[in-house]
Amino acid sequence: MNYKHLLFIGIALLIYSCKQESLQLIKIEGKNINVNDSLQTDSEIEDFIKPYREHVNNNLDSVISFAVDTYSKRDGEFNTAIGNLFADAILEESNTVFNKQTGHNVDMVLVNHGGIRAIISKGNITTRTAYEIMPFENSLVVVAMQGKTIQDSLIRYLSRAKRAHPISGLKLKLDKDYNAISASIKNQPIDTEKTYYVATNDYLYNGGDRMTFFQTNDSLYVLNYKVRNALLDYFLKKDTINPVIDDRFIQIN
Amino acid sequence: MKRRDFIQQTSATAALITLGGLGLQSFTSGSKTTKITILHTNDVHSHIDAFGPEDGRNPNQGGVARRASLIQNIKNENPNTLLLDAGDIFQGTPYFNYYGGELEFKLMSMLKYDAATIGNHDFDNGVDGLLAQLPHAKFDFLSANYDFSNTSLDGFVKPYKVFKKDGIKIGVFGLGVKLDGLVDKNMYKETKYINPVETAQDMSRILKEKEKCDLVICLSHLGYFYKNFPEKISDLNLAKATKNIDLIIGGHTHTFLPKPTVAKNSIGENVLVNQVGCYGINLGKIDFYFDADKNKAAKGTSILV
Repeated sequence: MNYKHLLFIGIALLIYSCKQESLQLIKIEGKNINVNDSLQTDSEIEDFIKPYREHVNNNLDSVISFAVDTYSKRDGEFNTAIGNLFADAILEESNTVFNKQTGHNVDMVLVNHGGIRAIISKGNITTRTAYEIMPFENSLVVVAMQGKTIQDSLIRYLSRAKRAHPISGLKLKLDKDYNAISASIKNQPIDTEKTYYVATNDYLYNGGDRMTFFQTNDSLYVLNYKVRNALLDYFLKKDTINPVIDDRFIQIN
Repeated sequence: MKRRDFIQQTSATAALITLGGLGLQSFTSGSKTTKITILHTNDVHSHIDAFGPEDGRNPNQGGVARRASLIQNIKNENPNTLLLDAGDIFQGTPYFNYYGGELEFKLMSMLKYDAATIGNHDFDNGVDGLLAQLPHAKFDFLSANYDFSNTSLDGFVKPYKVFKKDGIKIGVFGLGVKLDGLVDKNMYKETKYINPVETAQDMSRILKEKEKCDLVICLSHLGYFYKNFPEKISDLNLAKATKNIDLIIGGHTHTFLPKPTVAKNSIGENVLVNQVGCYGINLGKIDFYFDADKNKAAKGTSILV
């Protein structure tokens, strides 16, 4: 046996002992670190984002329409100028898509008062305005509803909600005790036997704001059209917007 | 025996003793502890810029450029670091509406993310919308319970990946949330959702026994826990129903855990479950220390959270 053999045996022994002495997990430390302004800003990352940010901001600030006045969802008891604009825009824009898909027309719109997330300020309307009013990614859907269901549950809901939920196509009059005394769709009395096409958003269709009456109906048409995009398309078409509080949803004292 | 041979033998033996001594030091005396750092985010939702000082809820928090410097500092301290994301990278700011996720993926690549799993919002532009952005991602997408074989994403998503850091094998697999009722079918198309518990049992077995991983990490978008639906599959329920998983990194429920949760698995062993809320406001950091010292190992694994 010479030294080469010994060395070989030695190394083999070492390797063997390494295998034997396998690493064991002895300790775990865990914590969650807040990312805030005490940290340095990585300049390479910041420089990379900059052109994207500028493009987005420029685009968001591009003027697409003009508002004659300032409109808030708090101005008005059962219907508001901004809510009427919102629902009318949805009716007009969803109908274009829906008609192309099905050949039918949207008869009415019901969305929720809480879904208007910002005011429209007097002056220029920009893309950002649409993002502020509708920051969520909800999409429009159309539900085929029987006149009877509209009469029994949708109208009943609206009568008791005591909120200016935006509507379009539908007209509703309440007495002082919040009972519906007249309701019409497209200026015709509601026919309980007829099927109406009601546009709303997917959040409400899924029972948001306790609007549980949408999902009980047979036909759902998914438009793959975001509420915000409908609003943007509407603004792009109108040079000026001048919505008003009207008689679509009122209470007679 | 010739004299020369004797000398040679003696010096060889001496060398061996020295080597043996070194070996003892490096393998058994515990002078070498290997530290693996796992950094993670979830539900960043396109929040590239930090919240402004006027923000009502999270003033001056988040921001990718700040997260980048934090991660770099940690990596400078310990290069044996993995950076992971538990899904919902997309949707939440106009950056997503304008660029469809391109900027999110490019920045995550610059930050050197190692892997991510797929959240429900990552389907917001459909399987094709996600596929279109994949060339911008220089990291892997891992999902073991979405079967994409009948979609355009077929072949672009792996069930798991094994990383090797300083001799330590780290197996990471991904789990996604049930899509039916959560995501429009037109978006996820023919993606099949497979039972996450059974998938996790298979994955942890493969990673532990076949791949011989020292650490097994589950990147989950199942949600932390649903107190109104306690039976619904969640990270806490997954931890209980499985074994051989060391860490579950969660998302979906936007749960801001003040610190990682120590749960028990199906055989009574500890599993860490962590989630860092959303929007890049927090970064999770889990350090795993490995040592060959038998005395240290005999004491079991201590967990400091």
